[in-house]
This record gives sequence, structure tokens and C-alpha cells, in this order.
Amino acid sequence: MSLLEVNSLGISFGGLRAVDEFNLSIEQGELYGLIGPNGAGKTTVFNMLTGIYKPTDGKIFLDGKDITGKKTAEINKAGIARTFQNIRLFGNQTVLDNVKIGLHNSFEYGTATGLFRLPKFFKVEKEMDKKALEILSVFGLDKQASVLASNLPYGKQRELEIARALATNPKLLLLDEPAAGMNPNETRDLMNTIALIRKEFNATILLIEHDMKLVSGICEKLTVLNFGSVLSQGNTSDVLNDPEVIKAYLGE
Amino acid sequence: MKKLNKSTQKLITSISVIALIYIIVCIMDGTGNLSSLMKGLLVPVCAYSLVAVGLNLCVGYLGELSLGHAGFMCVGAFSSAFFSKTFMDVIPDGPRFFLAIVIGTVMAALFGFLIAIPVLRLSGDYLAIVTLAFGEIIKTVITVLYVGVDSRGVHASIKDMMSLGLEPDGKLILNGAQGITGTPRQSTFTLAVLLLILALIVVHNFVNSRTGRAVKAIRDNQIAAETVGLPITKYKLIAFTLSAAIAGVGGVLYSHNINMLVANTNNFGYNMSIMILVYVVLGGIGNISGSVIAAAVLTMLPELLRDLQTYRMLIYSIVLILLMLFNWAPAILKWREKYGLTTSAIVNKFKKTKEVR
Repeated sequence: MSLLEVNSLGISFGGLRAVDEFNLSIEQGELYGLIGPNGAGKTTVFNMLTGIYKPTDGKIFLDGKDITGKKTAEINKAGIARTFQNIRLFGNQTVLDNVKIGLHNSFEYGTATGLFRLPKFFKVEKEMDKKALEILSVFGLDKQASVLASNLPYGKQRELEIARALATNPKLLLLDEPAAGMNPNETRDLMNTIALIRKEFNATILLIEHDMKLVSGICEKLTVLNFGSVLSQGNTSDVLNDPEVIKAYLGE
Repeated sequence: MKKLNKSTQKLITSISVIALIYIIVCIMDGTGNLSSLMKGLLVPVCAYSLVAVGLNLCVGYLGELSLGHAGFMCVGAFSSAFFSKTFMDVIPDGPRFFLAIVIGTVMAALFGFLIAIPVLRLSGDYLAIVTLAFGEIIKTVITVLYVGVDSRGVHASIKDMMSLGLEPDGKLILNGAQGITGTPRQSTFTLAVLLLILALIVVHNFVNSRTGRAVKAIRDNQIAAETVGLPITKYKLIAFTLSAAIAGVGGVLYSHNINMLVANTNNFGYNMSIMILVYVVLGGIGNISGSVIAAAVLTMLPELLRDLQTYRMLIYSIVLILLMLFNWAPAILKWREKYGLTTSAIVNKFKKTKEVR
């Protein structure tokens, strides 16, 4: 059974059919790419997968469990974490705290324990700090743990967002244009980082990307969206040589 | 020694400053240098500071503007005064006042919780308007409420005193628009300062805990907070309830400092809510100790200007505008930066001189 199974997913905003008959199946450990021209509905698919939008049709199964139309927080607990095209960090908090918020559901102590600083507070906080630094060190961000998130350089902010998503211990990680706004060097670093994540966290990844070098370099399978419906689907090399895809997206 | 983080350092600084002021005031009082006017202001200053601290938790950390905090102060004031007066002859002074504080806090928290359930579905301006309405509702309901106690139990009416049907030895506690009279005046400056310090510690601990981090995350970016699995409503409710509870403590201090407790526009209505918001904004949103300073200065100011009679409120408002400009106007901020007059620059100067010594 595949990790993520999406069956004829669709959503309408009034008269606009943004996504129609979208099918997707991702196996455990795969690195899957979702590409397509601007406005094709890629981010809308992400928003449906994470419960920000409620799909009008279709079903989403994660690990065999139906998560269609569930609340965003519940879907995260079920095992999907994501990043955003326009970075959404907790800007007024430190890098460390951003990751600790990602760890929120893995470590537990009550509000009263925090208010009265009972021994459990110090114990759990210490464990959280340790775990958070561990995750940050994978990204080389542990030196900047006490910096405010909004003061990080752009590329680092993107990495911190990935670190925060990984802190929730997801089965499936959704990356929305991770290379947007990066120069070729940063993109190369990002490719290495993604490879590292797969190894370190044993993560399954679905990513949206326009940078074809990155897509062809790391993705194993691709789905191409155009005007809200699937244009082509399959192994990366097959899809990129599909005449329909070349016509609609890549250019002849 | 373990290195303390910034906010803990700040907390220790504010507590030591408050303790220092407390000692100075006590010495002045002991040597007879404190005017009766100033003496009368000590407890109200702490009470308003507490409410401002509560509101700042809501505005600065939850990120939602509430204009109903005078309402929660009102709940704390009336519920505790009601308790104190009912059990005036039954429970000895000390434990009774302790219980009164607990009851005032819990009741304010309860009202905060109940009001938060519908209110937190809204956000921004809409939330502010609805909290304003709830604050007014609380105040208005109390002004038409008659409650008395006799051997058969508690009686309540919203018509008049007679419809309570009290026995001859019954006691009328809450007399409609005339409020509660004869509450024991038990709020002392010492206790008020202790409660204020306690509130500062509670807010600090809350903000720097797992729950507080979640609340701040929701403030910074609600959608991102949801995608990392935070239950939004739960944490908003917790923060709002705590904020109301702290305002309630302020109310308890306020009601046990005066003989006649009446709910009118000036002490519990929207005027007060706006006043408290002024303390919070002037002291700095999210800056808890700033709220205390602003509340103290702005509560003292109109009283100290009393000699000027008619011009009092005029000067008060001009001072308010000037302070606001000094703290927030971009041009003035630039000018302060140029001449090293920003708060951080001044603090650093102090630190450096200390190191030189």
C-alpha cells in the first residue's frame, strides 16, 4: 500500500474549477515532484492535502487512513508537514523556539506545570532543547539558535522552515517551491540538504518546483498539472520527454 | 552560574525596581513625607497595573485587541466584594481576604473563558468591538442587579430591593445602581505590590513555557501554527482566560480599597477599558514592565495635577500625546537614535559605567 493515495480530488471556488480529477500515489521513501505552469493549481493541491482548503470532491488517504476534510492540526498529527511558497516562520521568535514549536506535540507538559515551573518543566524543556538543536545541526543552523527567525538570511529561513516541519516528525513532507528566489549556489546547497533529509529523517517528500535542474536532478517521479488537471504522470525522464508536457510547460 | 536568558533578566530587573520603589515609599511613609493624596493612590496604581499587565498578555502575546478588560476587572471586584461582605462576620479577616482574592480571580477567569468561546471566533476589529460590548453588558447587568442574603439563602432580582422578599434580619449586599457599600478595606500597599510581582512572574513563566510559545506562534502566523499541529482555539482560550484572571486580581484590589463600589462608566465602563489600553500601548505592546510604568505614571498624573483644576485634563491629554510621539513617532525615534537617547542606548550606558567601576 502506498503512503499517500489521492483519488479524483477536486475543488471549486464558485464557478472556477481550480483542481479537477487529481490522482496521486506516493510510495514510502519516494521523492515526488509536482510541476506545472503558474496558476495550474499546484499550491491548491498542497492546501487540500494539509486541510487548509476542504476539497469539494475526492478522497485523500495517508497510510490507509482517510484524512479528507480533516482540520489542519489533525492532519499534521496524522503525519503531513509542509513549508510555504512565501515563507511563514514565527518571525518574532528565535530559531530554536521555531523548532521547539514544531516539537510541541512530541513533548508534553501542561500549562500549570509551565506557570509554576515544576521540576517536569525543566526536564522536558531540556529534552526539547536537545532535540531541537539536533535537528538544527543537520541544517547547520545550531550556531544561530538564539537569532530571531526574521533576522536570518533568506536561504536559511527556507531551511529553518523545513527544520520546523521535520520537527513534527512527519511521514510525508510537502515542500512548496523550496528553491524559489535562490541563486544557483543556494539551489545546489538545497539539493544536498534535501538528499540529507531523506537519509537522516528517512522522509518521503512531495515538492513543487519550477527549477527544472533541481526537479530533474532529484525527483524520481513527476506529476504535471495544467489548468487544474493532470497532464502527465510517471518517471521523471519519461514525463520530461512527453511531447504534451514540452508543449504546455517546458517549451519547444 | 547558568546564563539567564534575556526575558528572565528583564523580569529580575523589573522586580528589583518595584521592590526598590516599595522600600522608598515605605521609608517616606514612615518618616511622614508621604501626602495623604499619594497614599491613597498606592493601591489603585497597583490595581490598574495588574489590569494593564493582563491586557498586555492579550494584546501583546495573543495578538488580539480586547476592549472589555474593565469588564473582567468589574467581575473580579464585585464577586470578591460580594464574598467579603457576605462573610464579613463569619470568617476572620486574613483568610477571608485570601479567599476573596481567589474568588475574584476565578470568577474573572470564568467570565473570560465563557466570553472567549464566542469572541475568539472573530479577529481584529470585530473581536475588539464584541469585547467592548461584553464589557458594557457586564457593567450594565451589575447596575440593575439586587442581591441579598438571609437565613434561607441568596436572593437575586433585577427589579428592585423589595422584590427580593428578604427576612427582617436579611442583609442586602448588592443594591443595584448603588453597588456594594461597606466592603472591608483590606487592600494594603504591601499586598498589592506582592500580587503585582506575582502577576509579573506568572506572565513571564507563561510566555516562556510550551503553552506560551504556542500562543506566540499563533500570533505570528496562524496558518503556519496550524500546519505544525497546534490546536488554535485551545491556546487562544487559555491565554484569554489567564489575561482575564489577572485583570480580575486588579479588580479585587480595587474593590477592597474603597467603601462604595459602584459600576459606572468611569471605573468599569469603556472609558476604563480604553484607559487600560492606553497604558498598554504607551508602555509598549508586549512589554509587560512598560505597562506597569505607564499605568503608574498615568494614574498619578491627573491626581498630582489636581491643583490646576480646569486645566488638569488639558495638560493630561497633552502629556499623553507628547509621550506617544516620544515613543512611537518615526522622526522623533530617529532623532533619539542620533543623540543616543533610545531606551537601549541609555541602558547600555548604565551598564558600561558599571563595568568601568
